[in-house]
Amino acid sequence: MKTRKLENWVLGIGSLLTAAIWIFPLYWAFITSIRTEERVVSEGAGVIPDEFNLASYIDVLFDTKLLNWYWNSIGTSVIITLVVIVSGMMCAYAISQMRFPGRRLLYGVVLASFMVPSQALVVTQFILMNDMGLINTWAGIILPQLIVPVVIIVYKQFFDAVPKEMREAVVLDGGGDYTLLFRIYLPLNWGITTALAIITFIMAWNQFLWPFLVITTENQMTIPVGITQVNDAFGVYYARLMSVALLGAMPVAIAYLIFQKKVTEAVMISSGVKG
Amino acid sequence: MAMITNRRREVAVAMTLIAPFVLTFVLVFLYPTIRMIELSFTNAPLIGPGEWVGLANFKRLLTDNLFYTSLKNNGYFVLLTVVPTTALALAIAMMITRLKGPLQALILALFFLPYILPVSVVTQIWAWMLDFQFGVLQPVFAFFTGKPVPVFKNPYWVMPTVATVTIWWTNGFNVLLFIAGLRNISSDYYEAAALDGATRWQLFTKVTWPLLWPVTALVLTLQLILQLKIFDQIYLLSSGGPFNSSYVLLLMVYREAFQLNHGGYASAIALVLFVLIVVVSVLQFQLLRAGGNKQ
Repeated sequence: MKTRKLENWVLGIGSLLTAAIWIFPLYWAFITSIRTEERVVSEGAGVIPDEFNLASYIDVLFDTKLLNWYWNSIGTSVIITLVVIVSGMMCAYAISQMRFPGRRLLYGVVLASFMVPSQALVVTQFILMNDMGLINTWAGIILPQLIVPVVIIVYKQFFDAVPKEMREAVVLDGGGDYTLLFRIYLPLNWGITTALAIITFIMAWNQFLWPFLVITTENQMTIPVGITQVNDAFGVYYARLMSVALLGAMPVAIAYLIFQKKVTEAVMISSGVKG
Repeated sequence: MAMITNRRREVAVAMTLIAPFVLTFVLVFLYPTIRMIELSFTNAPLIGPGEWVGLANFKRLLTDNLFYTSLKNNGYFVLLTVVPTTALALAIAMMITRLKGPLQALILALFFLPYILPVSVVTQIWAWMLDFQFGVLQPVFAFFTGKPVPVFKNPYWVMPTVATVTIWWTNGFNVLLFIAGLRNISSDYYEAAALDGATRWQLFTKVTWPLLWPVTALVLTLQLILQLKIFDQIYLLSSGGPFNSSYVLLLMVYREAFQLNHGGYASAIALVLFVLIVVVSVLQFQLLRAGGNKQ
């Protein structure tokens, strides 16, 4: 019994130490961000916080387009999430519950597109967006990100599992498939819906390559693309670079810390491993 | 008669339900794929028409040294990331599942947090930590090599460093999958094995490893495909340098299309990458599934 207890202590302390090492880069970024630029590059600026200075945060908030980037990131990510969830849910319902020609083919395409690298399509997607006059617009950022096959795959599995008897009451009342979807299938699967929405939102928020290609004006950039501009604007001012990086990461990081359980569940569900 | 109208109505309703997805899919996925194939046989610039040149782009690709360098670097990067991150994630997951209550939640959060950061946040932080003059990690390099190392300007260090940054960034996701997999293993197996006097190592090799194989296979597959598509971290940390020692296929696509204005040639490279990833995913999926069935 005693060795058991000792073992638990060793395990607890060991895991705290490894986790502390793992999170050190974020800690270091934070310590850097609350120092003055002079202190950051001075001799003996150690790992223990010795200054609390918010000047660089104020600088980046007002001297960069950070507020614009927040707005663009939030706007595009919210729209992408809504469209992906609603269109994915509708499509999955049809595949799961209805009979129509091409149903199997459609599901095959969804499964196959899961394996297709959208990164390889950026050249022709760019040409398409250019032809449609959507370079430097929200629509340009949004459109190519609307295909998230995993949403359909997960919804289909959960819709398949809904007992058929649930349908009868609605059908007897003369309700059609839209009523069934929004009155029965959606409410029964709120948990999945929030999980999928979280995953889609995080993916959209963190997207780098595509927004980087389709946006060339600073005003229209999203957070992940915008913060790379601060390098060019300030040069090697590391307190400011770390401030802007942390501010850019903040919204999703805070959301994660609040909804930790939900995010964990979302990752597991969307990769097909049930926890 | 009523049956037929019902049937027709069902099909019509189904069409409205699938229309939003199908139309978007055709517009931003299918059409660009066909266009990519078409463009790869032309000498078109990025914007504007080109002439049909047959297989010229592909012939040129086969004699392009940068293509082989990129291909090799893609492979090297896969080696540096896929198996190490899988092994590390498994070890961390096994550690976390043995913890209890709030401590478990805290440790898991700390390991997962980097995964939700935008890539540029990750690269900014690591570029600062590895800064040649002021980087907090430079004393570590000085300790092992005798002097600070400009890691992103050094052909030997650049890929291992980008791989380390990538593992730090994405490992939390794999940890989560392994934790889910470990929770699915019923404790009955462990109790039975313990009754038979199995050692820790035997518990791992005879119970955990075989029962966890489907999850391990999933992690390996997802990682392999993800790491073949490497672009962001390399572009942001080293831009493919020094001396092309971190050049990868997607970076080549980007340079040819958006900096050198070679839409046709870029499409040919993109097509090769596209086929490569599809083939690898299908192959690996089949192989791992076969391996899993044998257990």
